Amino acid sequence: MSMDERPLSPHLQVYRFQWTMAYSIFHRITGVALGVGTLYFAWWLLALASGPEAFATVQSFSGSWLGRLMLFGWTWALFYHLGAGVRHLFWDAGMGFELDTAEKSGHAVVGFSILATLALWVVAYSVL
Amino acid sequence: MRLQTHLARVRGLGSAKDGTHHWWAQRVTSIALIPLTVWFAISAATMAGLDAGAVAAWVAAPWNTVLLLLLIAATFHHLHLGVQVVIEDYVHGEAAKFAGILAVKFGSAILAVACGYAVLKVAFGG
Repeated sequence: MSMDERPLSPHLQVYRFQWTMAYSIFHRITGVALGVGTLYFAWWLLALASGPEAFATVQSFSGSWLGRLMLFGWTWALFYHLGAGVRHLFWDAGMGFELDTAEKSGHAVVGFSILATLALWVVAYSVL
Repeated sequence: MRLQTHLARVRGLGSAKDGTHHWWAQRVTSIALIPLTVWFAISAATMAGLDAGAVAAWVAAPWNTVLLLLLIAATFHHLHLGVQVVIEDYVHGEAAKFAGILAVKFGSAILAVACGYAVLKVAFGG
């Protein structure tokens, strides 16, 4: 039997929505997004090593509305992935598996990621 | 009943042939990245809008150089491990999976070396 004829197990549509499943896939999505963000990080560092003109190009893009939007998104992705990663480390240690606790820790990660993102951008705007 | 042969049990490597190394390396780099990414995010925010000279001076400060190199090493190691799992989960053709994983590993290595080189060049006043 070829790959695409094989029967598939039930997928997303058969499950009742639960916060923990949304938090799970967001951990993966933010991880991949941060992977894309490393290209920006590399561009920033290589431009700095190339000279003031190249760096000015990066800085002017970073200051544009699109650049700020991307950096804001990566800031949130970083803090979400960081918080959710710590949540995973607690699970690795065997802690926090109760359904109620898992849901609450997920909510806490979202709260932390939003507060940390806003705090960091307040700092950034205060030095601009 | 154990379905493993004695030899497989002794090797303790499981079906992935690689034991727990991938899992463990992912955790070790994640722990390292907690302080490193927080440090970098705060530093980057406080440098918003600075010109090349000021940012280069920051990169060239000894502890910043060291921490940036550690951040780069941990980031790209963690990144290629994570994206490898994503590819293994969603790409089912063996050839495409192999090509994808190789591309991620090579891409991560290239970016890591490029970033490390850039930091050293700035640090040594290139």
